[in-house]
Amino acid sequence: MQSRRDFVRLCTMAAAAIGLGPAAAERFLEAAERGKKPSVIWLQFQECTGCTESLLRTSHPAVDDLILDLISLDYHETLFAAAGHQAEAALKTAMRENAGKYVLVVEGAIPTKENGIYCMIGGRTALEIVNDVAAHAGAIIAIGSCASWGGVASADPNPTGASGVHEVLKGKTVVNIPGCPSNPYNFLGVVLQYATYGTLPALDDQGRPKFAYGQTVHEHCPRRAHFDAGRFAEKFGDEGHRNGYCLYKIGCKGPVTYANCSVQHFGEVDNAWPIGLGHPCYGCTEKGVAFTLALHDTVEIKRPMPPDTYAPIHAPQGGISPIATGVAGAVLGGLAGAGYVASKKLGGDEPRDKTPATTPARSEA
Amino acid sequence: MGISRRAALKGMIIGGGVAAGMRPAKAAVLPTPPVDAVGLLYDATLCIGCKTCEVACNEANGLPADTANSPAALYHKPVDLSAKAKTVIKLYREGDEQSFFKAQCMHCVDPACASACMLGALQKREHGIVTYKADLCVGCRYCEVACPFNVPKFEFAKVAPKVVKCELCADRLAVGKEPACTTVCPRKAVIYGTRTDLLKEAHRRLAAEPKKYVPKVYGETDGGGTQVLYLSHVAFEKLGLPTLGEEPTPELARSIQHTVYKHFAAPAALYGVLGLAMWRNRRHPDESSR
Repeated sequence: MQSRRDFVRLCTMAAAAIGLGPAAAERFLEAAERGKKPSVIWLQFQECTGCTESLLRTSHPAVDDLILDLISLDYHETLFAAAGHQAEAALKTAMRENAGKYVLVVEGAIPTKENGIYCMIGGRTALEIVNDVAAHAGAIIAIGSCASWGGVASADPNPTGASGVHEVLKGKTVVNIPGCPSNPYNFLGVVLQYATYGTLPALDDQGRPKFAYGQTVHEHCPRRAHFDAGRFAEKFGDEGHRNGYCLYKIGCKGPVTYANCSVQHFGEVDNAWPIGLGHPCYGCTEKGVAFTLALHDTVEIKRPMPPDTYAPIHAPQGGISPIATGVAGAVLGGLAGAGYVASKKLGGDEPRDKTPATTPARSEA
Repeated sequence: MGISRRAALKGMIIGGGVAAGMRPAKAAVLPTPPVDAVGLLYDATLCIGCKTCEVACNEANGLPADTANSPAALYHKPVDLSAKAKTVIKLYREGDEQSFFKAQCMHCVDPACASACMLGALQKREHGIVTYKADLCVGCRYCEVACPFNVPKFEFAKVAPKVVKCELCADRLAVGKEPACTTVCPRKAVIYGTRTDLLKEAHRRLAAEPKKYVPKVYGETDGGGTQVLYLSHVAFEKLGLPTLGEEPTPELARSIQHTVYKHFAAPAALYGVLGLAMWRNRRHPDESSR
């Protein structure tokens, strides 16, 4: 059992990790001491357990502190000691005892084709399970890109009809924490806020917490200075790549990807994220980017900003090439010549025209 | 032929000479700005070229990025003021001498654009700000040609183009805010205020550090005076600011036009001559080739 001192430290670390102040740490403490640990039911469907795996690797708070002291993790297939009927019974019990209060976390996409037969647990389809558990949940969190919008399982041609949680649970508030895997601290921030204050963070139009998905990777990228100065890696392993230049030209999706990867690194290893390791961002949090665009395709810059260069005092004026002058001269000369010839012809015809044109007309009249 | 080629040429030359000769040698009175005239003071010695003003300007005015000079549309990179850039930070560099320069509308005390504008789309309105009313614009682009600072720009790429130029964030001023560029400038290199206050501040700076500056406030009297003022450590011509006299820029064109049309004498004379020529050339129907 932990000492109170250790626990206070843990709460402070958790608060600091998710960007809240010491006051929040006190609130965590109060909430935990009142014995109001939120019950969490964690469902896993079409997924790779990557999101769980990255959550296991957090240290402030560590996952054992999280699931033993801060929350009450009542159902999690990977972390459960129980199995089979015992596990299903635990799910039923948790749902009954904390009805209306528990937090539902979904990891993995939900297959919807043929009534969802492509993912079944304990004889029930993922569709049935998620609808059943969500009916009495206090908050619903979709962790990872699969649960948020389908992820890799929904990649073309999407044979199982893999869908995100919010597409299945229409009309319910679902907090999406996309990422492949998602950053565990974004998840912790949401869970701890709900546990402490009973509220959910402000969400953007795709249901993502704004504190983590408010800006693109490009906006906070440590290589941004190279982008602004026009210094790019042109291919993997070239001079620019070795010098740590911008990875845009080799397919970085940072400019269209809303995520906080560049400021909240993975696994608590400094610079442990794709761009930090020299690989372009592949847009894992963004529907329509990850698993849709080719890895090394470039993306459009949404909000072009000024580069690290300046306009000259006198803007360069477009010049006229000698060839263009020649062509223009030839055309003008041709027209002038044609005009001259035409005018000569008209002049020559004049006397001949005059009499015949008028005389017959009059005779007919 | 009633009027010989020789006579016609002679007439034209005399008429032109009279029109040119009628131009008064000097403008009678220098224009005075409105009492509540506001403007900007840009101090080139303070600017660090961060271009935050460019970004804030585009945001405040809802302008898209100008990516015409940026292959693959990576950057907002105007090489000069454009239909998508109402302000641009330029760089002058020659040897060790270097200075930034913020280009935008100068809000002249007597603006040439407004003088050239046939329907009054561009006019000095509240606080002496030269603003644009699109529904009065016929798209002649005379303003572009008239402006000595090369400021108004035309939206060539649009089906229904408008003229684009800095309007000193008149809509922001109306709700008690400052222009976007002065709000965001991290070094207060460009500041907003009444023209009187800005002139006072500019002269205070000149007096406090005379060695630092070219001893002149550009825009105090140049081209009849402007409401956007400049201080610099580099000669103003090098920053692309033209050397203008104290006479307002539109004065030349205006005095010629006003003299020519005075009492409608010149048009009356012209039509008189033409009428005379026609009268002399008229032929009776019987004389024709019939």
